[in-house]
Amino acid sequence: MSYWKEFTKGLIKENPNLVGLLGMCPTLAVTTQAVNGIGMGLATTFVLLGSNIVISLLRNVIPKSVKLPCYIVIIAGFVTLISFLLHGYVPDLYDALGTFLNLITVNCIILGRAEMFACKNKVIPSALDGLGMGLGFTLALFLMGSVREIMGSGSWMGIEISFMHPVSVFVMSAGGFFVLGCIIALVNKIAGKKPPQKIGCAGCPNASVCKSVKGGNEE
Amino acid sequence: MKSIFIIMLSAVFVDNFVLSKFMGICPFLGVSKKLSSSLGMGAAVIFVMVCATAITYPIYWGLLEPNSLEYLNTVAFILVIALFVQLVEIVMKKMMPPLYKSLGVYLPLITTNCAVLGVTLLNIDNEYTFVESLFNALFAGVGFSLALILFAGVRSKLETADIPATFKGIPSTLIAASIVSLSFMAFSGLIK
Repeated sequence: MSYWKEFTKGLIKENPNLVGLLGMCPTLAVTTQAVNGIGMGLATTFVLLGSNIVISLLRNVIPKSVKLPCYIVIIAGFVTLISFLLHGYVPDLYDALGTFLNLITVNCIILGRAEMFACKNKVIPSALDGLGMGLGFTLALFLMGSVREIMGSGSWMGIEISFMHPVSVFVMSAGGFFVLGCIIALVNKIAGKKPPQKIGCAGCPNASVCKSVKGGNEE
Repeated sequence: MKSIFIIMLSAVFVDNFVLSKFMGICPFLGVSKKLSSSLGMGAAVIFVMVCATAITYPIYWGLLEPNSLEYLNTVAFILVIALFVQLVEIVMKKMMPPLYKSLGVYLPLITTNCAVLGVTLLNIDNEYTFVESLFNALFAGVGFSLALILFAGVRSKLETADIPATFKGIPSTLIAASIVSLSFMAFSGLIK
């Protein structure tokens, strides 16, 4: 039962993207089409699952003082793997994601889960946690991508919607910020809680430093 | 000379890293509350971007490319950047305490900033020469700082505005960012 909970918490209740406000860069950059959103989400899920399993297995081996470089190398390894796979099997998606595929390495969701969960828990819960968080991220990206594609290009998953008049600003950068802001506001409204005042830093390995920066987050 | 001028225009205004390429959103939203911290973060990012490019460029073209190990670029670059940032922090702390006091605190934040890794990867993708890469990194950093500094001003106004409860905090910040980004779209005709 508790395994089930580890899996489902990432989907909605602790959605890393819309509730945790982590991993904003890919959320804004690749979601001009719903399909790209799903692709990016699944690629991130793969990396998150792999890195969570490996970091959890090595949690007693990695010395505390060098854990950040170790995590980054493990994550970068999985990123290289997935970019090979996508390049080979789904070249269209590979081209659409571009540099952002490599930038999964510095996605704070992955480092955050490594820091907050995988380094303290056994392998199976860590794997489920990674899978749940990854799918939650995919869900958020799919939602973003759908809204932007329907509003901006008048189509959904590549299918034309005849009655929609496309408003191209939604697929441009300004539309990305706008749609994400509205979706987060909507999530707050539905959840009925106080909106987050600051960007999610809890999982970031740099959070302690960030706090000490004057004018930074935790002021 | 002409190509460097185009790189400058493109990196600062047209393809601004934060507002049109969406790299480095976390520090953009996190550290842009005050003008002073925006300036500090911006200066640190410019410094690290230029140095990271100066190091990763020879590594890629001198070490990875001749041995056909191009696929290792992400792993190699992020390691080099992490090591470099750590090194700078230690050296700065020892040799230049006043500078460390004003800039040092921002350095660790940069390791996981995707704009820094992004600029090194893009320099390779675009096949810039060494000098062009350095200028691209410099002006990408300048563009990042410009966005941060402009946005710090917008945010100070936003603090006092009366906005609906659900939009308070991050949602309103994102929508303000969208308007700033809209104004940067006006530059898009500068370069064909």
